[in-house]
Amino acid sequence: MNTLIVAALLLVLLGLAYQLGWSKSRNLATANGARVHSRSQYHGSLAVLWTMLPALLVLAVWAFFSPGVQHWYAVSQIPTDILTSLNQTQLNQQLQRLNDLASGYGVTGELQPFEQAAGENIGRFQLLSFLIMLAAAAGLGVLGLMLAQRRITPRLRARTEVERAISLLLIACSAVAILTTVGIVASLVTEALRFFSFINPLDFFFGTVWAPRFSSTGAGDAGQYGLLPLLTGTLMISGIAMLVAVPVGLMAAIYLNQYAHRSVRAVVKPIIEILAGIPTIVYGFFALVTVGPFLRDFGNAIGLSISATSALTAGLVMGVMIIPFISSLSDDILNQVPRSLRDGAYGLGATQSETIRNVLLPAALPGIVGAFLLAVSRAIGETMIVVLAAGNAPILRGNPLEPVSTITVSIVNQLTGDTDFTGPQSLVAFALGLTLFIMTLCLNVVALYIVRRFREQYE
Amino acid sequence: MDMLAGKVKTTQQTVNTAMNPTDALERPIRLTAQDVTVHYGAKQALHGISIDIPDRAVTSFIGPSGCGKSTFLRCINRMNDTIEGAKVGGTIKLDGEDIYAADLDVVELRARIGMVFQKPNPFPKSIYDNVAYGPRIHGLARSKSDLDEIVVSSLRKAGLFEEVKDRLNEPGTGLSGGQQQRLCIARAIAVGPEVILMDEPCSALDPIATAIIEELVDELRENYTIVIVTHSMQQAARVSQRTAFFHLGNLIEQGNTEDIFTNPVNKQTQDYIMGRIG
Amino acid sequence: MTSTTLDTAAERRKLVRAGLSRRHVGEKMFRFFGVVAIVLALGFVAILFADVLRKGIPAFTQSNIHLSVTFDPEALNVDPAPVREPGQSDAAFNAANLAWQRQVAMLNWNTVIEAALRNAAPQGFDIDSRQILSIVETDARHRVREVFVRDPSLLGQTVEVDLLASANADNWVKGNINRDLSDTQQQLSAPARALIDTFEENGTIRQGFAWSLLSNVDSRSAPASAGLLGALMGSLWMMLIVVVLAVPIGVGSAIYLEEFAPKSRLTDLIEVNINNLAAVPSIVFGLLGAAVFINWFRLPLSAPLAGGLVLTLMTLPTIIIATRAALKGVSPALRQAALGMGASRTQMVFHHVLPVTFPSILTATIIGVAQALGETAPLLLIGMNAFVAAVPGTPVEQATALPVQIYLWQGNENRNFFEARTSAAILVLLGFMITLNAIAIFLRSRLEKRA
Repeated sequence: MNTLIVAALLLVLLGLAYQLGWSKSRNLATANGARVHSRSQYHGSLAVLWTMLPALLVLAVWAFFSPGVQHWYAVSQIPTDILTSLNQTQLNQQLQRLNDLASGYGVTGELQPFEQAAGENIGRFQLLSFLIMLAAAAGLGVLGLMLAQRRITPRLRARTEVERAISLLLIACSAVAILTTVGIVASLVTEALRFFSFINPLDFFFGTVWAPRFSSTGAGDAGQYGLLPLLTGTLMISGIAMLVAVPVGLMAAIYLNQYAHRSVRAVVKPIIEILAGIPTIVYGFFALVTVGPFLRDFGNAIGLSISATSALTAGLVMGVMIIPFISSLSDDILNQVPRSLRDGAYGLGATQSETIRNVLLPAALPGIVGAFLLAVSRAIGETMIVVLAAGNAPILRGNPLEPVSTITVSIVNQLTGDTDFTGPQSLVAFALGLTLFIMTLCLNVVALYIVRRFREQYE
Repeated sequence: MDMLAGKVKTTQQTVNTAMNPTDALERPIRLTAQDVTVHYGAKQALHGISIDIPDRAVTSFIGPSGCGKSTFLRCINRMNDTIEGAKVGGTIKLDGEDIYAADLDVVELRARIGMVFQKPNPFPKSIYDNVAYGPRIHGLARSKSDLDEIVVSSLRKAGLFEEVKDRLNEPGTGLSGGQQQRLCIARAIAVGPEVILMDEPCSALDPIATAIIEELVDELRENYTIVIVTHSMQQAARVSQRTAFFHLGNLIEQGNTEDIFTNPVNKQTQDYIMGRIG
Repeated sequence: MTSTTLDTAAERRKLVRAGLSRRHVGEKMFRFFGVVAIVLALGFVAILFADVLRKGIPAFTQSNIHLSVTFDPEALNVDPAPVREPGQSDAAFNAANLAWQRQVAMLNWNTVIEAALRNAAPQGFDIDSRQILSIVETDARHRVREVFVRDPSLLGQTVEVDLLASANADNWVKGNINRDLSDTQQQLSAPARALIDTFEENGTIRQGFAWSLLSNVDSRSAPASAGLLGALMGSLWMMLIVVVLAVPIGVGSAIYLEEFAPKSRLTDLIEVNINNLAAVPSIVFGLLGAAVFINWFRLPLSAPLAGGLVLTLMTLPTIIIATRAALKGVSPALRQAALGMGASRTQMVFHHVLPVTFPSILTATIIGVAQALGETAPLLLIGMNAFVAAVPGTPVEQATALPVQIYLWQGNENRNFFEARTSAAILVLLGFMITLNAIAIFLRSRLEKRA
């Protein structure tokens, strides 16, 4: 409610500012007939900027400090003897009751003697502070507007100023992407370093046993955090996924790009790309309830023991997920190979498949390798399929028919529902995340570089 | 450099002196086209082309751009098959054999009719592998030394061997434009074709490289039937014995090069030669 | 001379011919592999959808029990509902009302429901109280109570009410339970099973569209009434945040990088950085959210606000890359025309270039949002997998999201019931995504035709 009032008032104020700036500039232009540097809209916009910035500043300060101030005042309304008898949960309940009273909403149970008055006081305080904030924001806004009005003269380069403001805003937008990367690196590194203060990095990177203990079992033993079982699981599943995705994806791309009639291509390509749009949780569920049991029964039928949740299950389904990734990237890359190369081979009497295998694919190879690396990076970072279908068995072994665990699964297991980040049990998630980030970063950078070079080669 | 410039001059001086024009007519006919039409989808690109192409002579197709000369050239080795929506009508016969017959193998046909393209298009492989590619896929070499011999002789015939003999294993894409085009010619020769089609082979090259290619074409006609598409009348005059003029998808006039250039029968041909149609 | 060349030509033709059949077989094989790949890929799509549809569609119908419930004053011993007196303050009235509702909640509503069930059962059917109540979902008493709270004057009257059958009863009716299992292996007792069959025959139990799936929030104690409403709202809040934040920031950033930024090392770095961000695993964004939004900024755990921010950061690169591609595609002629008229760079971009790229930006936005809608892993790390049985009214309240709800349901112990329910939830999610994509395709073709 309050937010709406503030927003409405702000809009009215800004509209007024624009109107004033605009009309002042109009008057200038008509009154002394002087050449005004910028058009009236820019003067209006400038007035809006000068009004908005101080008002927003006040609002920001309010948004930052008001919860603390409100809390402090509410606590101060509780008599000291009662206050000292309350623990944290009780205090919160008490504050909730007072707030309910203050907002005119009823509470259940007996009212304590101080509550009625306290509730009313808090209500008054909230209203008063809100009004003061509103007045301050409006006052500063108006002040800014008046200053802007005084600055509006024929010579004022309003357009340049507004455009500078716009480009500053755009730069701020671009900074978000940078800040995201900085944020990722900073948070992963700091938390991972905290983890390494508990666990020797060597034990982490070269340990062969993954057996974290939960903090409740005793402070003395934090458990073992060996990365290798997770890493092998991750690589095994990614490997299986690539074994499925690369042949199918690449051949599908080749067929659609070189053989299929245009109308076939127009139907089949979007259908395959549907696979890319399906959320991974759906693949995970599919792997868990359909593919896993099927593989297990199939294994039984041929006398092979396959776990329902295994590296094979997760890898197969992940491969299906990656097919459209490989096929559309490869398709793009095949399109980039110049037609003249194909013609050259046909002109020599090569069959279509000879042309593709001997000329087209070698020419497209760098691009396809890039696509392959991007796909690997996606496979090792994939989470939900492996969470559901890999079996969560962090044991170092090489049999793809048995359950395994991966880096991403362990991140989910270690961090879900725990956010106090005090022990190695939860901090290890960041060390794992850092490992994952570095692995994918290397793959991505190399892949993007190769693909870029490839594109430039034929441009 | 001076030597090359001299070469250009010599070529120009030898216009049409290499062969008596009547010789070309006396040669046996290798290729016969009867009423060839091409449609790209709904658009008709060629209207009933009929032409005879003599053995071991150079026939040039001239005409303004978009006139259908390249389209017709691509009919001769069925390269239009690779374009979706292209439909070819009429008959083209190589040694009396219909190349559009249902039981004819396109792969075999293209081994007999080689092609050189507008832009040099060496494969991203070594120079050696570029030339060896055709013999390899067609199984023409029985041994490694056989293959070496084919590669060397093809490069020789294309006049490139001396320039590249020390770097046969380097990528073909590293050569200069003119060298690349001669590599493509060597690549086509290596299959041992009977006919070589050339689609504006010099349009992407500088004058010196052009002169070298023209000289090469003149030499090659000793052993091959050559059809060359060109947008340059001078080039047609310099290298060919027979000339066909195309305009708006029609074959307007054909005849001995000298006759076409000095004494065209058709008004449109005359206009084109006089530079009145672009 | 002539004869020798002809000989070699003939010999060559022989060699070429010799290899032809082998080469054509190779060609056919290669083509065949291509067809196999296409069939496999299409087959995967078909199997996936067929499987989810087969499992999920039954969950869209549900067994309802149609009962005549009598609000027996003897069983419901309660004061009359408070009436607002003149001069009573809001707070006082609300307090009185709350106190009354509390009193109502303390009543044993199960006796009312049991009476209604016995009434519907054949005369003298032998079944004990616990067994008969196992037929209706455990939250039936809340539904009946709500009817009463809404209209307290119903005391002493009889109303017709549709109650959800329990998950076990629903499974029994749908034939998902093996009827040959012995009593000890059955979840439902023998009399309860018999009564369910009777109810089905006499029309007391009917199949209806499972509105509960869409109109209810999640529930642990009453699986048959567990619904997606809370998750839907959570997802909607997050999508709203993504659209409000990611689109302006993404488009602004793309405009700066493409139109204003000087080509320098720095902008190269930014470009590499953005391309790389687009390929960073989503779970890493979850770690970022947990460390930065939850742990540093102390945003509320499990709230759509934190989830929306994480998804915004994930979606940004998609939107930036697509917008940049669209801006790159605008013809230089248009730019020069605008600049030539004396427009400033900003004017050129905002008046001329941006409107042309609008369809592409819109499509990219919708596709980015659809992607964000289906994302699960990062949300798990910021506590959105908490069990939430309320509809989030604001983005700072606890909530879950559709894909996370799917994750939670697939882990439910009541496999027999929840496998179908999860598939149904997947269908709802896929339906959402397909709708979004269809809108994108439709708008795109519409706008491009107009442009």
